[in-house]
Amino acid sequence: MAEESLARPFYTVLVLALVCSALVAGAAVLLRPLQTSNQRIDQQKNILRAAGLYDPKRDVDEQFKVIRTRIVDLHSGAFVPPEQISPDSFDQRKAALDSTLGTALNKTSDLAGLGRQERYSLVYLVEHNQRVEQVILPIRGKGLWSTMYAYVALEADLNTIRGISFYAHGETPGLGGEIENKQWQESWRGKAIYGPDQGVALKVVKGRAAEQGPMAPYQIDGLSGASMTGAGVSNLLRFWFGDHGFKPFIQRVQAQGGLNG
Amino acid sequence: MADRKRDLLLRSIIERNPIALLVLGICSALAVTSQVKTALVMSVCVTLVTALSSFTISLVRARIPGSVRIGIQITVIATLVILIDQLLKAYSFDLSKKLSIYVGLIITNCIVMGRAEGFAMANPPVSSFLDGIGNGLGYGFVLLTVAIIRELLGSGTVLDWRILPLVTDGGWYVRNGLLLMPVSAFFLIALIIWLLRTIDPVQQEKK
Repeated sequence: MAEESLARPFYTVLVLALVCSALVAGAAVLLRPLQTSNQRIDQQKNILRAAGLYDPKRDVDEQFKVIRTRIVDLHSGAFVPPEQISPDSFDQRKAALDSTLGTALNKTSDLAGLGRQERYSLVYLVEHNQRVEQVILPIRGKGLWSTMYAYVALEADLNTIRGISFYAHGETPGLGGEIENKQWQESWRGKAIYGPDQGVALKVVKGRAAEQGPMAPYQIDGLSGASMTGAGVSNLLRFWFGDHGFKPFIQRVQAQGGLNG
Repeated sequence: MADRKRDLLLRSIIERNPIALLVLGICSALAVTSQVKTALVMSVCVTLVTALSSFTISLVRARIPGSVRIGIQITVIATLVILIDQLLKAYSFDLSKKLSIYVGLIITNCIVMGRAEGFAMANPPVSSFLDGIGNGLGYGFVLLTVAIIRELLGSGTVLDWRILPLVTDGGWYVRNGLLLMPVSAFFLIALIIWLLRTIDPVQQEKK
């Protein structure tokens, strides 16, 4: 062990701190472009997965060409022209925290446990031969431990679910974490969001969903050992397809005769 | 000399296992063992970090003032962990998504600092490096044993390969939810410690 003098510990620590911070900062700066492109490709994969279009053998950028990214004003439900906000640089999660682009939610309306919500949201339109075939919406909400993030793909009627992909969460692996289960996500296909009274009827039930009867289109199997996660999923559906979420957008589009009208 | 090197590498797996004998690194052993895949990657990362940090600290051990040595060790370890995290994010994004919180946990893994303080401060770099690898292997051995049992009985799979068909998917196996809870790792690790100390009574503490 080195000899002790009063100054020695100070300059040793100083030199070490400089070397270490240079290493860390260098790595962060050099690897940043690779990391951001990974993140972007990962998001695109999740969106394609929700739409059921993802093919792992093909290039993700190439596959993403059928998808057009737009921004929607959640208050009015209207599309925001790209000149006003560019979809390429819009960071939705940051927007929720921003003082001009986001607002705080009060307790009664904050069904999904978000705290704050953004005013504008990205939406993704899957186009084929000039016609919109699917609309993919980003949704999120609190489960038992964590915020769960998902993309949900709707048919052009904006009521029938085409697919869903939960892509980020911190629920218990094997229990609530089963929201990642492909088979479970598969069971969402063909379900309807709005009931006859125009309210959000779709929810995750406890136990098995009804296979027949009037409630069958609105029920999703519960995940065993994860009723809190299931309740979280139901709540985030109620929030994001309610008045604070995409309902104004969906109603506006339907009033205009659909996306292809 | 070759014998000593092999000994440094292998003794930590059974004879001087960091989890079973030294009882270090229990916290992360509970957190990452519900799936074999995370346990495997965690073991590899801890092995790398322990080996590299022991090597680095051993290289400069003569220049580290005794009064600030713990702080210096932690700084070296934290730097290595951040570098590994950054590299994972850049080159193995899918893995880094699964491991993001656990990689940070490596810094607090007592094995890494335990070996830096207990071995690398008093031994040459190559031996310290081997000791680090050895301890990582010992840690990985316990982690994987626990993870295989937990994933097999808890989810019916090993490395996501379906081994026991679950009732929910039309099979016959009813999963054991307890094994997916962190507490089950406590019981399993205790059983492993008991087993090791029965096979090798030298490890038993003297009364």
